[in-house]
Amino acid sequence: MSIAVAYLREKKLSTCLNVLLLGLGVGTIIALLLLLAQAEQRMERDASGIDLVIGAKGSPMQLVLSSIFQVDIPTGNVPIAEAAMIIAEPVVKRAIPLALGDSHKGFRIVGTNPAYLDLYAGKLSSGRMWARPLEAVLGADVARATGLSLGATFAGTHGFTEGGGTEHGTSPYVVVGVLQPSDSVMDRLILTSVESVWQLHEHMDHDKAATEHEHEHEKGKEITAYLIQYATPLAAVSFPRLVNASSSMQAASPAMESARLFQLVGVGVTALKGFAVIMMLCAALGIFVGLMNALDERRADLALLRVLGAPPAVVVLSTLLQGAVLGVLGVILGLALGHAGAEWVGQTYAASQRVAIGGRVWVQQEWWIVGGALGLALSASLIPAWRAYREATPELLATR
Amino acid sequence: MTSLVTTTGVTCRYASASASVPPIALPDLHIDAGQHTLLLGPSGSGKTTLINCIAGLQSTLSGSVVVDGVDLTKLSARHKDRLRGSRIGMVMQRLHLISAMTVRANLQLTQRLIGAVVNDELIENLARQLGIHDKLDQYPRQLSQGEAQRAAIARALVNQPALLLADEPTSALDDANCEAAVGLLLDYARLCKATLIVATHDARIKARFDRVVQLGAR
Repeated sequence: MSIAVAYLREKKLSTCLNVLLLGLGVGTIIALLLLLAQAEQRMERDASGIDLVIGAKGSPMQLVLSSIFQVDIPTGNVPIAEAAMIIAEPVVKRAIPLALGDSHKGFRIVGTNPAYLDLYAGKLSSGRMWARPLEAVLGADVARATGLSLGATFAGTHGFTEGGGTEHGTSPYVVVGVLQPSDSVMDRLILTSVESVWQLHEHMDHDKAATEHEHEHEKGKEITAYLIQYATPLAAVSFPRLVNASSSMQAASPAMESARLFQLVGVGVTALKGFAVIMMLCAALGIFVGLMNALDERRADLALLRVLGAPPAVVVLSTLLQGAVLGVLGVILGLALGHAGAEWVGQTYAASQRVAIGGRVWVQQEWWIVGGALGLALSASLIPAWRAYREATPELLATR
Repeated sequence: MTSLVTTTGVTCRYASASASVPPIALPDLHIDAGQHTLLLGPSGSGKTTLINCIAGLQSTLSGSVVVDGVDLTKLSARHKDRLRGSRIGMVMQRLHLISAMTVRANLQLTQRLIGAVVNDELIENLARQLGIHDKLDQYPRQLSQGEAQRAAIARALVNQPALLLADEPTSALDDANCEAAVGLLLDYARLCKATLIVATHDARIKARFDRVVQLGAR
């Protein structure tokens, strides 16, 4: 080991470059794995218990993203009377209404009913559920980020971006409850009754000085979407068709749209992963070339080990260890870079989109990357080690 | 007295020579345990080849090389390595110190390679006796030729071998350092009852040895 480390220290620049290259490759793959795994886990968690989303016609993916994951603009609103006919179908076990359109400091205000909390096993940490219009219950992240507590009042802002719309300043919400963390989308939402949203936007219809932007709720009793739970799995065949054919609404399946989203994102992810693999292969090639060159320079040193009594295995091991040390350093750097990168992306993304992802997690596939990178580094040193075994013989020093 | 080294009818070919070059015959030697022998001769007289044969570094075509009762020509490479590591100390003509390691690390490695525990006290003592105590933490490239030669002698002694082989150990040393280096080799050999074989063309040290084997030019 001491000789392997001494050789690596002697060639500091080459050692650092090989470690850096391997670290960058491992880091890129690790960061992608972490982000994807967390996004997938999040989406699975947020969509669990929801079989279908119905809402205004448009992009089904947009409907799912805006209604379940709260990351896109809604497709529009639908008359509640029409929606009521659809959700009255016997195959619908539960329909949770969503009225969207406003936010506070970037956190979305969702008009719904208490059944929404059941989806994510939501529990109050303090206060009570809303009972009257303009009473609000805060998700755990919202309470922490805004500092709002029970009894505090705040004004909703039209639109979903922070400071981007007209403030409903004359009709403030009052905080009546704060939820416990649920590790779901609900943590980042402000929940209220559907009536609150209607009341605010009816008021807005009468206010001629209000925003020039199009408002989804201007037409009064409308709803943005319903989250549907089937009474029977068989409904998955007929109910979406019924919605699409017999109403002005569309039906979107969260499972299908999530899969489609990952398929779309997957192309970019695959390209990035491919690039990272190429970086790792370049690192392995660098290790291989470095060790081969070093072998030419150090053949006499290695032969000397035999002269001093070391068995051939020591000569082979000293070369393999150099590859292993480079591999271990590269993997450590890669893990650090990958996790730091995921954390950075999480922080940046969280600031703008309120999505909780980060680098302080470990996913099972990371073991494969660690093993693969170490295997690659060791494989790169196999041929130099074999050459060392064959060529660095004690007889070599008899000629020198 | 028991013989420690016996070479009989050894022929070999220089490692760098092609098969068409006729083999060379080396002189028969019979060196007793504890004897201090000088192989004296001009360049090309076969001194280094003989030393390499005794160390098991040179393959032979015929004859036998018996060291400590073991015929090296019948040993596997691995067994030769083991015997060399545990019983033979060598100072080679080209010193072959490992450039990536300090003198101290070179000496420690030599002890580790035969599975011995690193003996820093012995290393310090040897270095002090050889006048390179202040060079222990320097790299070979930072040493003068003479200092490097003394570091190589320290390496040959650090495992306290029964047979000490030295090929031109004084070639780069001035008179004072030559005297000190040979003195150390001889002192060590006497103290440890080790057998010492030195190959050289340096006649300055001739008088210090029990026995001188004169090799002629080829």
